[in-house]
Amino acid sequence: MALQSLDIKARSATTTPSPAVRETLKVAKLIDVSKCIGCKACQVACMEWNDVRDKIGTNVGVYDNPPDLTEDSWTVMRFSEVEVQPGKLEWLIRKDGCMHCADPGCLKACPSPGAIVQYSNGIVDFHEENCIGCGYCITGCPFNIPRISKKDGKAYKCSLCSDRVAVGLEPACVKTCPTGAIVFGSKDDMMRHADLRIIDLKQRGYGNAGLYDPPGVGGTHVMYVLQHADMPEIYHGLPKNPTISPMVSLWKGIAKPLMSWGLGLVALAGFFHYVTVGPNEVKEEEET
Amino acid sequence: MMRTESALIQRYTRSDRVNHWVVAITFILAALSGLALFDPIFFWLTNLFGGGPWTRILHPYVGLLMFILFIGMAIRFWYSNRLTAADRQWMKQWRDVIGNHEENLPQVGKYNAGQKYVFWALVIALPLLLLTGFVMWQPWFTPYFSIGWVRLATVVHALAAFCVIVLIMVHIYAAIWVKGSVRAMTRGTVTAAWAKQHHAAWHNEISKGAK
Repeated sequence: MALQSLDIKARSATTTPSPAVRETLKVAKLIDVSKCIGCKACQVACMEWNDVRDKIGTNVGVYDNPPDLTEDSWTVMRFSEVEVQPGKLEWLIRKDGCMHCADPGCLKACPSPGAIVQYSNGIVDFHEENCIGCGYCITGCPFNIPRISKKDGKAYKCSLCSDRVAVGLEPACVKTCPTGAIVFGSKDDMMRHADLRIIDLKQRGYGNAGLYDPPGVGGTHVMYVLQHADMPEIYHGLPKNPTISPMVSLWKGIAKPLMSWGLGLVALAGFFHYVTVGPNEVKEEEET
Repeated sequence: MMRTESALIQRYTRSDRVNHWVVAITFILAALSGLALFDPIFFWLTNLFGGGPWTRILHPYVGLLMFILFIGMAIRFWYSNRLTAADRQWMKQWRDVIGNHEENLPQVGKYNAGQKYVFWALVIALPLLLLTGFVMWQPWFTPYFSIGWVRLATVVHALAAFCVIVLIMVHIYAAIWVKGSVRAMTRGTVTAAWAKQHHAAWHNEISKGAK
């Protein structure tokens, strides 16, 4: 959810250009998993800034709390206990939430004009007042992020604090992170910052440390530094090579234009059959 | 007056007609609301249903109602739509069909092969639409299915809906094209001459039975 903006790069279900006179710097949030202590301050900051409160839940036997993203919890710490080498337990804590894909599957799938927008700074934002609640954004998302509210039937997810970023502030989770595991800035700066972190991690024995900025979705505006970048799946199922599903591409990329044109052609074919071949009338005179 | 009345043949009963038209009405509503959700080019159709959220809310209920009402039609017309060898011949001569050269075609019973294929395509497509529609039904049922199934269902739903819409467009056009057909479904009767020309085998059957 955000205010009127003049820097819209893409708008759902819209073929004409959107207000785009203002060009903004490409931004990114970098989450260094190796620095995260799982304190969940970012979850608190998120709900405070956005002023949403999830229901008090129950402990489901793991540290994840709440156990999943919801319409009120736009970010959740995912805790994974992994033995990357036998006998060496690692506690991997990944801050889950919208990745703000450069090629967003949600926006591609959304049928409602202006319910999803992508700003030129890279943030993918939901405008809930235009949301019709069909859930196609969930169908299109390669990361399983949007959630439909039981209360109002609208889809919600992390906005990367587009309202804060628009006025030059960093997202609430970044501001609150006590260890500096979450940093925010231009995408270029964040990639440089990540490079230094990866050099450091490699020196500390994490030979496969690397940046998670998956090219299959055009790169993301939320990136991770992973100790084991060769195995993103061990971070609570972070997909190795996320892309917009071929099913979604078939649906929105091929079927949609072909079928709509097809219907038009069928209508035209009928009309021109009538004006060329003509109607089939009863030839025989009616008899008694 | 007397002459025309005596030349009329009953083709559909009152309940056949009511059944057909309730399915037709729900189909139009389901198709228009479905297209609105399928392609932004048709999003303006949501205005007919009170906006985007209402279109999304109503579409599955209308579709479900159409399916339930169609069951009646499927049962009613099942028997008369069984395919025969003559139907295959009829389909092979599609050029004669669209060129209005009916005299070259084999004698047609109550339904021609085109009508029969439309019927069977609907018998297959509507259950598919129902099943995939449940998988897509937010917020009630979709959360119970994995994302892979939801995506597959979405594509199959679109494909099946496209086929049904095309078939119904052909069906409606055929009624406009073949003069004297519409009254079969609006008033229940056709003229004897119409029956002889388009459904000769059916006409013979009826006349024999009458004698």
